[in-house]
Amino acid sequence: MSTFHNLQELRHSASLANKVFIQRDYSEGTTCRFQTKFPSELESRIERTLFEDTVKTLNNYYAEAEKIGGQSYLEGCLACATAYLIFLCMETRYEKVLKKIAKYIQEQNEKVYAPRGLLVTDPIDRGMRVIEISIYEDRGSSGSSSGSSSVSGSTAR
Amino acid sequence: MKNCEYQQIDPQALPPATPNPPPPPRGPHGDRGEEPTAPRRKWQVFPGKNRFYCDGRIIVARQSGVLPLTLGLIIVTCGLFFIFDCPFLVKHLTSCIPVIGGLLFVFVVITLLQTSLTDPGILPRATPDEAADIEKQIDNTGNASYRPPPRTKEVLINQQVVKLKYCFTCKMFRPPRTSHCSLCDNCVERFDHHCPWVGNCVGKRNYRFFYTFIVSLSFLTAFIFGCVTTHLALRAQGGKGLMFALQESPGSAVELVVCFFSVWSILGLSGFHTYLVSSNLTTNEDIKGSWSGKSGEDVSNPYSHKNIFVNCCSVLCGPMPPSLIDRRGFLPADESVQTAAVDTELPTLATKSVP
Repeated sequence: MSTFHNLQELRHSASLANKVFIQRDYSEGTTCRFQTKFPSELESRIERTLFEDTVKTLNNYYAEAEKIGGQSYLEGCLACATAYLIFLCMETRYEKVLKKIAKYIQEQNEKVYAPRGLLVTDPIDRGMRVIEISIYEDRGSSGSSSGSSSVSGSTAR
Repeated sequence: MKNCEYQQIDPQALPPATPNPPPPPRGPHGDRGEEPTAPRRKWQVFPGKNRFYCDGRIIVARQSGVLPLTLGLIIVTCGLFFIFDCPFLVKHLTSCIPVIGGLLFVFVVITLLQTSLTDPGILPRATPDEAADIEKQIDNTGNASYRPPPRTKEVLINQQVVKLKYCFTCKMFRPPRTSHCSLCDNCVERFDHHCPWVGNCVGKRNYRFFYTFIVSLSFLTAFIFGCVTTHLALRAQGGKGLMFALQESPGSAVELVVCFFSVWSILGLSGFHTYLVSSNLTTNEDIKGSWSGKSGEDVSNPYSHKNIFVNCCSVLCGPMPPSLIDRRGFLPADESVQTAAVDTELPTLATKSVP
């Protein structure tokens, strides 16, 4: 309940100014990857290397989850043999990696993004389409980055 | 004190972006009249044409199609098989027959139910912020009521140019291999087809169930057909004739008719899907001829691993992706997080309700 009161207080001091969306990178197929291109709205808020590290780590996690190899074959064959009932009781490898990702994002938010007035949303909450980064501004200052168009949706050529 | 110093934000205190159940709504926070009593689950405000049971655990399409017929045919045919044919065959041949038949029957019913009741890979609709962001990137000079010409975006996948279409209903560019099913009113990932027999779309998450279902059903149908034929042949031995055999075992006649007419189509379907699996295609792409190079261009399927074994394994034994629609998650207690500076559109999810 104390968090709820904190939320009230933060509302007075920080307000949502803008959201940046990091789109998917389909250059390697339908596997989950996000573009590492640094959006211009974040230029004044966070260092490029930190941002790229976050996105690259997330991409690595997703690649690990979707890896086709010995373990996934074993899981698939076992599941088929049990008429896929095993999915009702067992947590799949994908789900395990998603939990790791959630923990990683929370950790990044606490250590890197929140001190800079940013908040990263887990892509699973947005249907794995985008990484949504919310930009918060101190209410006292004017919103310098609101209204600018996002350039993160460029196509991969 | 500087005005532009940013307050450190405690991520725990902000409205939960991660799926944690929020505290029960204390009171209206600029909401649209939500009941302050029980927090609602996301399936209750799902915008697509789906029905939910068991508090969101089970999802089916709005129209169940002929699923009851499929289930009925399978159960009735197998029932007749166990009642009329098995006793005779156990006595004259082997007792393995009902065991094999039973195993196949259970397998078929389980995979059929899983195909029908699983989320096929529905993509949740874009949030208003995302939709606004995409709109900003596309030059849109028309007003809201006029639908602009179809928007497409080209991406390069494994050196192959693929066009991504914009979905007006879901307000996003569809990922590759995603298609919008008009019956279910959802974008489905790796959309194969909407199967009326199963009463659901077949997509990324339930394709392996569907494939297992049709393969095991073809085995079951062929098995029953073979057993019934053997049974009738054995009964008709000694000059007694087929009519005598049918009179003794009328159920076998029904089974014969059902199996005879269905075995060809089911075998054909299994063969077709085996071809699709081995070349990593979907029915949708095959029908449209997306990668067949009809237009004379040098096109090839960019998703294929160029190896039949690897294709089969990746489609059937690949990792099971999670459901993206989070049916049983709770709606955030406070939807109106954004300030007036961003988007004042009410979130789509919370305004529509599942009839």
